Amino acid sequence: MSERAAKVTPADDEQDDDQITDSAAPDAVTEDDAAGDDAESPAEPVTTGAESVVRALENAGVEYAFGVQGGAIMPVYDALYDSDIRHVTMAHEQGAAHAADAYGIVSGEPGVCLATSGPGATNLVTGIADADMDSDPMVALTGQVPTEFVGNDAFQETDTTGVTTPVTKDNTFASDSDRVGSDVSEAFALAREGRPGPTLVDLPKDVTNGETDREPDAPTVPDTYQVQERADSEIVDAAAERIENCARPVMLLGGGVIKGEASEACREFAIEHEIPVITTMPGIGAFPEDHELSLEMAGMHGTGYANMAVTHCDTLIGIGTRFDDRLTGGIETFAPDAEVIHVDIDPAEISKNIHADYPLVGDAETVVEQLSEAVDSSPEAKKWRAQCQQWKSDYSMAYDAPEDKPVQPEFVVEALDEATSDRAIVTTGVGQHQMWACQYWTYTEPRTWVSSHGLGAMGYGLPSAIGARLAADDDQEVVCIDGDGSFLMTLQGLSVAVREELDITVAVLNNEYIGMVRQWQDAFFDGRHSASDYGWMPEFDKLAEAFGACGFRIDDYDDVAETIDDAIAYDGPSVIDVHIDPDANVYPMVPSGGDNGQFALTEDQL
Amino acid sequence: MKKGLEGPPPADRPTPAGRRNKQGIRIDPEVEATHEPRRTVISALVTHEPGVLSDVSGLFSRRQFNIESLTVGPTEDEDHARITIVVEEPDPGIDQIEKQLRKLVPVISVRELEPDAMRRELALIKVDASRPDQVAAVAEMYGGKTVDSSPETATIEVTGARQKIEAAIDTFSQFGVREISRTGTTALARGTDRTAASSTAQPADEANYEDQYTHTANDD
Repeated sequence: MSERAAKVTPADDEQDDDQITDSAAPDAVTEDDAAGDDAESPAEPVTTGAESVVRALENAGVEYAFGVQGGAIMPVYDALYDSDIRHVTMAHEQGAAHAADAYGIVSGEPGVCLATSGPGATNLVTGIADADMDSDPMVALTGQVPTEFVGNDAFQETDTTGVTTPVTKDNTFASDSDRVGSDVSEAFALAREGRPGPTLVDLPKDVTNGETDREPDAPTVPDTYQVQERADSEIVDAAAERIENCARPVMLLGGGVIKGEASEACREFAIEHEIPVITTMPGIGAFPEDHELSLEMAGMHGTGYANMAVTHCDTLIGIGTRFDDRLTGGIETFAPDAEVIHVDIDPAEISKNIHADYPLVGDAETVVEQLSEAVDSSPEAKKWRAQCQQWKSDYSMAYDAPEDKPVQPEFVVEALDEATSDRAIVTTGVGQHQMWACQYWTYTEPRTWVSSHGLGAMGYGLPSAIGARLAADDDQEVVCIDGDGSFLMTLQGLSVAVREELDITVAVLNNEYIGMVRQWQDAFFDGRHSASDYGWMPEFDKLAEAFGACGFRIDDYDDVAETIDDAIAYDGPSVIDVHIDPDANVYPMVPSGGDNGQFALTEDQL
Repeated sequence: MKKGLEGPPPADRPTPAGRRNKQGIRIDPEVEATHEPRRTVISALVTHEPGVLSDVSGLFSRRQFNIESLTVGPTEDEDHARITIVVEEPDPGIDQIEKQLRKLVPVISVRELEPDAMRRELALIKVDASRPDQVAAVAEMYGGKTVDSSPETATIEVTGARQKIEAAIDTFSQFGVREISRTGTTALARGTDRTAASSTAQPADEANYEDQYTHTANDD
């Protein structure tokens, strides 16, 4: 149970809070209740499979569930009607999955999404695949046609477990009303244990409608799922020796650092031994970007200095990263002189893409602490650190912003950063705007950066802002930096934000293009803008007003600061339609499969 | 006003001397190891539940592992099934297959079998019966048995290591093979060695013998 989740639990609901905290021992719940002086009466015994499903959610401490009603999931919704779990009705199931995903990223606890069978379930798939690629904890519950119709191509039937097998950590077809609650409990435990990920339980209508008096079991993982917490101490010692004796060390922090709550341990380690730090895109926030040792993000659109450092290091300490190709570029030229120390909780990530000379399987926080104990002296890397600082000034991140040209997107990102606190949460769609949001926002805290990394799902921004808003503390601003194309894909979620009165600021960096595609077409397809020209965009500020949100528009530099302040000050969903320079491009850039050290600073260098 | 990105262009930057191969392994010119594909048998003990075979086969197809054969059947424990997979991959790939298999929740244990493990396949070979005595002689040579005969055909059952089956099919081809059906390899470790109960990974190198199949082709 995270501190944050406990905090938002209403104070007058202490009894429920106990239930949540004590989720490992549901039997104890009734005792606790009975022991309390003016305790509410013990929870009603479950009578249907659906009630058992909802009880399992309650036992797991679920506060919010994101979903859309439908035929086959109706029994579960009927059971939710009497529950304290707040159901957030989304405008589309894809949004439900993204909202649940973002909730999981910000809170650390699995987000829950629900959909009916068939089209409801298939609409969830993008969001589930996204959570799978980024190892986000999530539980998806889908309705299914009654068992007797399964396999007959019944109305709204899809083989949901079949469809989602490749994109879930585990999924289950519930076949028994007595078991169904425990299936959901197990899905919860699996979603957060070890390497987190999405799990799914498919719920046939007869199973959820069926009678049962079985309370769900406690959320525990099956015996066959075993997670190694501590790394092999011999390899830890060998890695420590390597770190002590190397000359050009770099720490590469991935998303696993944040999910494993290892940010603090990594910060201490890096600062104690003065090791320069690079993050992957999902690792943004693991290390403060305003720290001298930070080289920020490496990879395709990473900083030049991060890419120089990763290319020239002799020791790469990769923690919680899967060495995605957007990070590595061409394998042959990735950290070619480096001995690789790889910390990951998933053994299958070790040597999958980049061979690990020191494979350290275990929980990121635990292993970094092990390393910390084993390393007796810091590497003598003064010269290397000076080199990294030199690269930082050689390849500093900057942009031109001439007054006579339209507003540059980088300027807007920086202005948004300036107008908000350090703990503000940024969510994005996918495309150029996402890269500018990486490059020109200074992240200092974990769980403040919410994006679709591995899957790169356009449309992620707004629904994820909804999930993030509900998981965030009240004093944390939530800013969605979106692109026009990305926003258009899921903007029906504005209706949800308005209904739920969610304080979200959406800044649409509008260049009337699928900008990243346009950039690649200019670079690699002779400027032939096949289907990337979005000259038919609506006026987003007016659209926002139509939904009942507050609409703003930025056309030039004079409007930027004031409009952003107004939008952030507005207590509810606001949308700023920011008309940016349509020709603005994202640099530096490592061409797909290229050499990280050969990043281009301009189109001419591609 | 700020200036855009600056810095030395790519051609003016230093480049490291090292390189990695396609498997992400740093290439040291002195001990450069090449990883040629080799064929091996992986045995997985799984919980006997619906969907587990599809989980395993789906994993192989979506990760593009080169699968030669896959067999599945019950074990001494009715809650468990054994999946025997013959694969042909370079060592890092075999290692990755084992790790990915272990990640599946219904998978209890996975191991690569030693080269001396018992490997058996069953084949039904239907041949033209114009020379029945010769067909019988060949069948006997391979320890096969005629399981069906008609005036025009004879169907012979042969079991053994893959190489033996191939040799038998090769020899039967002189009579005219009409149809063949093969089961794929099933295998068990020798002696008291448990095939898949141990969850300890076998170092890939240990079983990295060349031509392991030829060595064990006539081990019955």
